[in-house]
Amino acid sequence: MYKLSDNHPDQSKQTGVVRQANSVGVGQTAEVHQAGRASHASHTSQASHTSHASQIGPANHTGAAGRRVYLDNSATTPQDYRVTEAMMAFMTETYGNPSSVHQFGRVARTAVEKARGQVADLIGATPEEIVFLSGGTEANNLAIQGVAHARANKGHHLITTAIEHHAVLDVMEDLAKNGYELTVLPVDSEGLVSVAEVQAAIRPDTILISVMHANNEIGSIQPIAEIGTLARENGVLFHVDAVQSLGKLPISVIDMNIDMLSVSGHKIYGPKGIGALYIRKGVKIKPMTLGGGQERNIRPGTENVAGIIGFGEACRLAAEGMGGAFAVELLRDKLLNGIVERISDVVVNGPLGDKRMPNNVNVSIKFVEGESLLLSLDMQGIAASSGSACTSGSLDPSHVLMAIGLPHEIAHGSLRLTLGKQTTEEDVDYVLEKLPPIVERLRAMSPLCDCAASQH
Amino acid sequence: MYSEKVIDHFNNPRNVGEIPDANGVGQVGNAKCGDIMRISVLVENDVIQDIKFKTFGCGAAVATSSMVTEMVKGKTVQEAMSVTNKAVAEALGGLPGEKLHCSNLAADAVHAALNDYTEKKMRV
Repeated sequence: MYKLSDNHPDQSKQTGVVRQANSVGVGQTAEVHQAGRASHASHTSQASHTSHASQIGPANHTGAAGRRVYLDNSATTPQDYRVTEAMMAFMTETYGNPSSVHQFGRVARTAVEKARGQVADLIGATPEEIVFLSGGTEANNLAIQGVAHARANKGHHLITTAIEHHAVLDVMEDLAKNGYELTVLPVDSEGLVSVAEVQAAIRPDTILISVMHANNEIGSIQPIAEIGTLARENGVLFHVDAVQSLGKLPISVIDMNIDMLSVSGHKIYGPKGIGALYIRKGVKIKPMTLGGGQERNIRPGTENVAGIIGFGEACRLAAEGMGGAFAVELLRDKLLNGIVERISDVVVNGPLGDKRMPNNVNVSIKFVEGESLLLSLDMQGIAASSGSACTSGSLDPSHVLMAIGLPHEIAHGSLRLTLGKQTTEEDVDYVLEKLPPIVERLRAMSPLCDCAASQH
Repeated sequence: MYSEKVIDHFNNPRNVGEIPDANGVGQVGNAKCGDIMRISVLVENDVIQDIKFKTFGCGAAVATSSMVTEMVKGKTVQEAMSVTNKAVAEALGGLPGEKLHCSNLAADAVHAALNDYTEKKMRV
């Protein structure tokens, strides 16, 4: 059993919160690191933790099993302990159904509506424009399918980009097989969409443009406000997948002329299984599920009350902590520059400067393969991810790395390290110490590399 | 996802490298799928005296390469030709399902090296 904070030694007793070291970094199935595997089996750790991450889980600490450094925060984040605290009552004594008339229900309803306001505040929306649902994937599905079906009488043309998440691309491609026409815009070598190309793609029968705010793999930030203006001028609805940017970049659905925006709880130190779709007042979308009328009939089903409360609190904390992005960016630069300085033949994937997410490092390390890198890093306690085919479950490397024009062998050697608010300079130093010898070892094994001495 | 044996062979691969005076070299796989294995052999009196590998690929690709070198070293050419990819995977205690079709090429690489040896011998 693991206490989250030295500063709050009695918290776990007071609230009965169960806190496990290895539940903080629950990775997606494609990742090979320890935190991801721990999500499939309960696990306790006796390791002591450092106090720097007192507000959120002890994702990174030194313990009996060696140091653990979680740099896969774009896959998921450790849940902030204040989020867990906010949720606890709604997983125990406050169990009413928000739709019920009695006081049990009313208490839950009040809390859900407060959380709706917290989510709305973070993106500059009004509470009634927020629909809670299960997460980013469902939000993207509902936005795109909902608009395509509601506006089928106006047109059948959809526009998106080649580097969207599969929760957008797959929905778009499915619609394209069922009577809709789809334009998938290319991106440049830095993973940026051209506003002029969006403009050129708009037709009289275009009903929807969907462009992600920030890319999950290479961290490129798209010109959302410019595309929003263009969409509004042309009477086309504009959907933005903001799962990666929420809480990290300023978002104003009004200023950016966004009609629908997908967001998720677990990317911002909130719970998994909760997200929201912002739908601008007046925008009609056809629900995918029918039932009891919750969430204005757009997403019926009894609310995930504890999840909603946690998501609301996570949004509140994100708004508070927005200024911390600069500190993360400094660490990111140290990590990125450190890798490029210490290892030869490294390609940086994605843009540099203010068009890159402040927490994203993505490099291709030539002559080595991504999964081998991840396995080797995992053995040193470092959690990362890769766009290699071996980690995608298919034979092809990431569609994002292909879209920015990387050759296959370079794409297979990609390494993504995504920092979080719990990341410390010691974490960065540890990675910079461990990564070069790992690369050297793998390169010594590689038939693509005659570089016996790859370090410089 | 990987067995302990796979992790052991990945961490401590046997017979890594290239034989300078090899009399058979074979390479399989391609960069597109992300796995390339190169095996060099030194065959004397029809017996594999030495074998080394170099592999670009995932954990399974490295481990199968390492394992196959152990399995065929000291064997006759004919014995080595009868070692299958399936047998290599089994010797490692199995591989995750998705790896069986993409990264399980090590026996093919040995066969390619031995075919190269046989062809060179016939030309002499």
